[in-house]
Amino acid sequence: MLQVSLYRYNPETDQEPWMQDVEVDTGGKDLMVLDVLELVKGKDPSMAFRRSCREGVCGSDGLNMNGKNGLACITPLSETVKNNKLVVRPLPGLPVVRDLVVDMTMFYTQYEKVQPYLQNNNPAPAIERLQTPEEREKLDGLYECILCACCSTSCPSFWWNPDRFIGPAGLLQSYRFLADSRDTATEERLSKLDDPFSVFRCHGIQNCVNVCPKGLNPTRAIGHIRNMLLSRAV
Amino acid sequence: MVTAVTSMGRSGLYDWLMQRISAVVLLAYFVFVGLVLLGGVDYASWKSLYSQTWMRIFSLMALLSLGVHAWVGIWGVLTDYLTERLMGKTGNVLRFVFQMACGLTMFTYLVWGIQILWGY
Repeated sequence: MLQVSLYRYNPETDQEPWMQDVEVDTGGKDLMVLDVLELVKGKDPSMAFRRSCREGVCGSDGLNMNGKNGLACITPLSETVKNNKLVVRPLPGLPVVRDLVVDMTMFYTQYEKVQPYLQNNNPAPAIERLQTPEEREKLDGLYECILCACCSTSCPSFWWNPDRFIGPAGLLQSYRFLADSRDTATEERLSKLDDPFSVFRCHGIQNCVNVCPKGLNPTRAIGHIRNMLLSRAV
Repeated sequence: MVTAVTSMGRSGLYDWLMQRISAVVLLAYFVFVGLVLLGGVDYASWKSLYSQTWMRIFSLMALLSLGVHAWVGIWGVLTDYLTERLMGKTGNVLRFVFQMACGLTMFTYLVWGIQILWGY
């Protein structure tokens, strides 16, 4: 029997959050953490968490499992469980709506700030805006982000200044458009990032790299943004 | 809300660059002083080293770099932990007081350092 400790909080009935200890029969199989949560919910339907695709594509079930952020659906027990104990908490740093469900507003607000869409004032060509294979290659490792928020909520700079620091997820997307040969708003984008908070709150501790379920590297993207700001200024 | 008014240059890039440049100066200075110390010093050689203008300029540069580096670093730490988000208005007051105390300390060190470098 797997010992599972779950963060519970129902704002309508609970004064404060509490940890619920339950035992789950995994049948000796190396289940995913999401499967364990489903087993718990089968017995206690009041348990709340987000999920959708259950295969690491939608980014709904970002959770903190045994102290490390990740997607519950693609995290096998063998990867996270130590001494037969699994502790599941909501993503740190964001307000809890209920149980494992967090309010992602602050995260999305920062994402919105970087204007995550292609901007090009030139007249649209007849068919499509072309890129060379080399130009397209620059977007690899940037476009794959699924916005699960595992990175930003593992970042202390985002915990302390979520209203000012864009955070790793937002900055990765920011660089995705800065690096895009079809985007013409580079200057406007960069001038919005020069303040001491948006980019420069990153101190390069790489918690984001450590937890990204898609294996992306926001710290490297942030370094590229910093270099772009630097070469534009000097 | 935490703002950039009390940061070093009110631009993230400027602060970041100044912190890097001052770090290089500090590293060069401490490596140099370390090497001199390893080579063995007595009062006479130490005094003659510090009576040369280039050494005084180098030392003053290191002292100024320390001030810049400390200001950027402390500002970063204080705007993480002493904020309105974490402790209400008290955070802003505390942060400002701490920052002024650090500024005063650095300014004292600077004037005192100049006095030591050129006073003996």
